[in-house]
Amino acid sequence: MTNALPDPIARRLPPLAELPVPLLPLQPILYRIVRRVAEKHPELFERLGKHQRTNFVIELTDLPLALHLRPFPPSLILRAVRKDRLPRHEAHIAGDFRTLLGLLDAEVDGDAIFFSRDLVISGDTEAVVTLRNALDDVEGSIAEDVAEMFGAPGRIALDRLNAMAERAETQENSHDNW
Amino acid sequence: MITGDIVGELVCPAGTPASLRTAVDAGADSIYCGFQNATNARNFPGLNFTPKELAGAVDYAHERGANVLLALNSYPPAGKFDLWREAADLGNELDVDAFIVADMAVARYISEKHPERRIHLSVQAAAASPDAINYYVREFGVKRVVLPRILTIPEIHDIKSEISAEIETFIFGNHGLMVEGRCSLTNYATGLSTNMDGVCSPAHLVEYVKDADENMSTRLGGYTIDRFGPQENAGYPTICKGRYCNEVQPDGYYAFEEPISLNLSKLLPDLMEAGVTAFKIEGRQRSRAYVRKVVSAFRAAVDDIRAGREPQLADLVALTEGQKQTEGAYKTKKWR
Repeated sequence: MTNALPDPIARRLPPLAELPVPLLPLQPILYRIVRRVAEKHPELFERLGKHQRTNFVIELTDLPLALHLRPFPPSLILRAVRKDRLPRHEAHIAGDFRTLLGLLDAEVDGDAIFFSRDLVISGDTEAVVTLRNALDDVEGSIAEDVAEMFGAPGRIALDRLNAMAERAETQENSHDNW
Repeated sequence: MITGDIVGELVCPAGTPASLRTAVDAGADSIYCGFQNATNARNFPGLNFTPKELAGAVDYAHERGANVLLALNSYPPAGKFDLWREAADLGNELDVDAFIVADMAVARYISEKHPERRIHLSVQAAAASPDAINYYVREFGVKRVVLPRILTIPEIHDIKSEISAEIETFIFGNHGLMVEGRCSLTNYATGLSTNMDGVCSPAHLVEYVKDADENMSTRLGGYTIDRFGPQENAGYPTICKGRYCNEVQPDGYYAFEEPISLNLSKLLPDLMEAGVTAFKIEGRQRSRAYVRKVVSAFRAAVDDIRAGREPQLADLVALTEGQKQTEGAYKTKKWR
């Protein structure tokens, strides 16, 4: 595994998912992201049909936050929330960052990661299936589109997020190996 | 245009326009898909094509020499036949290359109203004998039959010797057998019909519940149909793949089928030898990632066989249900 932390350091650090993170600075960025996706991919929202009004919580199991998504174009919501203070929601999706990023960009098969239990869903299954199918019809990389809208800092941020997720995976493996 | 002259025609699934383009680009000879309604057996939320999307998809496929097959393979309930009639007329207008049908009345309508269009008999019709197949050929001009997944390769060979229609067999994907086109298990638990509403285990009645020990229960219409341990691979939420308890097996057992996928990659030469014209990949409900990987793998394998080379097959087990695969009844009549 690349970027593995030396064992003593890895033992001292708490898992990344447990670190406190300030959410407020993330909110305007997330809102810009969902607005951009809505402008660029209106067909995604058409395919969602009645589930445009569903509240989804997307829990990033290896990062210290969850996302609240309500993909209703007239009043879009995408915001970071604390895992211990989830908002009212009808559908819940959980997976690690890289798995969910792969799903977002149709790089991984939703059924396969469900079979392997890397993706865990609960609540309104129809809403989750509809969201999965709608995202799968979007060609190109949503993650890269989003990174691109912030220019060089966006691309760096995407790289860092990937690196963070990889670090979290490494840490988890390190803890598992005790 | 489908001529039936190609041996090993690769027939691939598409649940969305993007999937169809992925399948074409990955080397599919034909792609099957459906409208966003009960006229097809994958009437799932967020899936399938609007008429406008299908028009664009047909253009994309035809420009690249691929065919589009429109699945009208569910059974019209009383009083609702117009939906199937309109779908057939629309498919004809959009220049699809063939209709995949199960119901005799739908086949009759297409054969009379659009006689220039090919009719393929869906696996949902469950025609598994030469007499049954020949009846469809004689009465409705059926050009191809998709055989149920309950026949051995020698049986397929024998059937071929007695029919004039082309044969299409499944080679990869879901292995839900039962009696195809006749299964009422979903109907029994939910009141909705796989065969008439196009929904096997409708998603709005499926629920996944995790307990404190990380076990996950699958519920359909309020009935628990399986429970997976924390490290256990899961399967589709269908009654036929569920585990059930009784006095003899209190921990639960697979009463019908196990979560497992069909993979006939090693049997492709034998199927060709038996007279199979077309190879079908299941999975209109699956993602573009699945379509890309599976279609590419089988494209390469079929091309290798045609060129007289030993086929090099990619490992597709990660995409299988329960991460397990089988050659099912094609290999042996008793496949459990």
